[in-house]
Amino acid sequence: MKTSVFLGALTVAGIVAGGAAAATMDEVKARGKLNCGVTTGLVGFAAPDSNGNWEGFDVDVCRAVAAAVLGDPQAVEFVPTTGKTRFTALASGEIDMLARNTTWTFSRDVDLKFTFVGVNYYDGQGFMVPKDLGVSSATELDGATVCIQTGTTTELNLADYFRSNNISYEPVPIETNAEAQQQYLAGACDVYTTDASGLAATRATFEAPGDHVLLPEIVSKEPLGPLVRHGDNEWGDVVRWTLNALITAEELGVTSANIADMSAAPGNNPEINRLLGTEGTLGEMLGLSADWAKNAIAAGGNYGEVFEKNIGEATPIGLSRGLNAQWTDGGLLYSPPFR
Amino acid sequence: MTTLTDPPKQGSFQPMMLLNDTRYRSITFQVIALILLILAIWFLGSNLATNLAAAGLNISYDFLGNPAGYDINQTLIPYTSQSTNLQAAFVGILNTLLVAFLACITATVFGVLAGVLRLSKNWLVSKVMSVYVEIFRNIPVLIWILIIFTIMTASMPTAKSYLGETPDNGLIAGLFAFTNRGVNAPAPIWGEGSMVVVAVFIASIIGIFAYRKYAKKLLFDTGRLLPTGWPTLAILILPTLIAFFVMGQPIGLDAPDPLANRFNLRGGIQIGAPLIAIWFALSIYTGAFIAENVRAGIQAVSKGQTEAAAALGLRPGRIMNLVVLPQALRVIIPPLISQYLNITKNSSLAILVGYADITATLGGITLNQTGRAIECVLLLMLFYLVISLTISAFMNVYNNRMKLKER
Repeated sequence: MKTSVFLGALTVAGIVAGGAAAATMDEVKARGKLNCGVTTGLVGFAAPDSNGNWEGFDVDVCRAVAAAVLGDPQAVEFVPTTGKTRFTALASGEIDMLARNTTWTFSRDVDLKFTFVGVNYYDGQGFMVPKDLGVSSATELDGATVCIQTGTTTELNLADYFRSNNISYEPVPIETNAEAQQQYLAGACDVYTTDASGLAATRATFEAPGDHVLLPEIVSKEPLGPLVRHGDNEWGDVVRWTLNALITAEELGVTSANIADMSAAPGNNPEINRLLGTEGTLGEMLGLSADWAKNAIAAGGNYGEVFEKNIGEATPIGLSRGLNAQWTDGGLLYSPPFR
Repeated sequence: MTTLTDPPKQGSFQPMMLLNDTRYRSITFQVIALILLILAIWFLGSNLATNLAAAGLNISYDFLGNPAGYDINQTLIPYTSQSTNLQAAFVGILNTLLVAFLACITATVFGVLAGVLRLSKNWLVSKVMSVYVEIFRNIPVLIWILIIFTIMTASMPTAKSYLGETPDNGLIAGLFAFTNRGVNAPAPIWGEGSMVVVAVFIASIIGIFAYRKYAKKLLFDTGRLLPTGWPTLAILILPTLIAFFVMGQPIGLDAPDPLANRFNLRGGIQIGAPLIAIWFALSIYTGAFIAENVRAGIQAVSKGQTEAAAALGLRPGRIMNLVVLPQALRVIIPPLISQYLNITKNSSLAILVGYADITATLGGITLNQTGRAIECVLLLMLFYLVISLTISAFMNVYNNRMKLKER
């Protein structure tokens, strides 16, 4: 019994570690499908609709990469991951990339050996409380019971914030967003804390969203972005520049509506031409076809379109662009140039 | 006619005898199997090491000494978010042991009661117990944990309803509150002279055992039967009560305070809803299995024993306690051991309701925050293995004491 358990564990570990190396892009092309890790369900970011099609902000990043590499935005196998399983899934090669509102931190980058290819949402940790508690600031939360989604940076931020403000609280660690939501609504905790975007998305699904308020304090920096394994730079470049292509497309005014015209023939703007492959050999340098960025943008639109469609002010989630506006509009989105 | 001129030489050994001679053959194959097993383990181990090295990962337990950085809601030993990951693991271990210990006791109580009552001649009682056993045994414990926790959080009053100057719910007897976050109970305040009361209490417990031993000896020696029920109760309560008042009521009660905080009751002892949910779920689920063990054990005792005891004039209660159960225990204890092991292992589902056991701290948050999955999982395996083998060992000692002595 002892040995068999040990053997089993070793076998699993061995298989897991064995899959790690090798060129990811060749594997994806050979497979004809991109394995993309997403959340188990967070409306607006990644959740299946009533027909079982995944949609959302993170999902569109996966689709853009699939379109760039394989020419087909539907060629994605979505792998739902929890806060706990996501890194193992990526490290073991079960998924090719992770687009699961994951915070870019030093230790994840350096110690866990992942490459964050960029930031697709600048977020911060916030607090949600029922309106009738009459709380207007996080500093008034002394003694409160707080629901946290376990296995996230929010756990550490929360401990740091309450310690530095010298206030006490009782943590209730919860495995998934859905369970946390249920606990919060049942009144088993006073406060629910996670990334402010996640809170907004969760609140949008409540029966009476108006009964809950987000507190003004944002207690951490949470740059969320897609990530890949260390050591496969070609694949990292593909994902990084697909994301940059979406951001640049918005900056240059390339939308899903006008992309067919723009990519038909070289226009006046050389950067648009290089981006869409009507000029230069950027696609070839990446090891992709010349129209890779055109496909990526056509999949779900440019960054702005993806944002507005999934989590923008017109959606139930109702997030404003804020920090996530283009640098030309006073935001932080800034793609390196395509040349 | 041939004669045997050459008797087989003693002590001569040829290599082929390892295969042909039945005396050595089994040993030969065992050695071969062992070598193959070691080779297989070595292959997997070196494979793991090479692959980890190739991926740039190394097995290291340094993270255990680093600050954990997160808070835990139920800590039996001092712990803050600045404590080490090792300390967090210890907090988890104690929480696991606590819930396993509590659940083992209550599951045994539930199980023995249900098992005995299932054999009752009362139709309604025995059917109710059958329904209990069949329902709880045949639905996964995971689902029971979720159902019980959900019922608790959804049906109990909120903590808020106990708070403020004019709460919706008053404290029960001014001391207890049952909320959807758990149970608040008063904590004792140990004043001056309280040790005397405690000492008297311990002394009276020893006194009960002494009295019972005396009563038994008297019964065996002279056949006189002393009452045990009410004297036990009297010895337990009276001296302690007298000491309590003589010393001037040194032990006070720290009741939960509805006014101290706007979110939760403060003061007293709080038993969290996660602990209650996982404890109750494990007890009632495993209790159903134990009930079946108990029933099987009782039915294994020959009917003649009961009839003989009845013929001697013993009443049904005494027949069960003095004749049937002592013999049934021999059948009940071995499967009981594995039920205790099940409880301990099933307690790893506690994270489902946010209870901070070892799987939630070391195997959950620490694993996540440090990313040291293999190290953490190996430690977890080691812990559960050690704890299960320890329980097994203790129960085996007990079993050896109870089993039929064959002389």
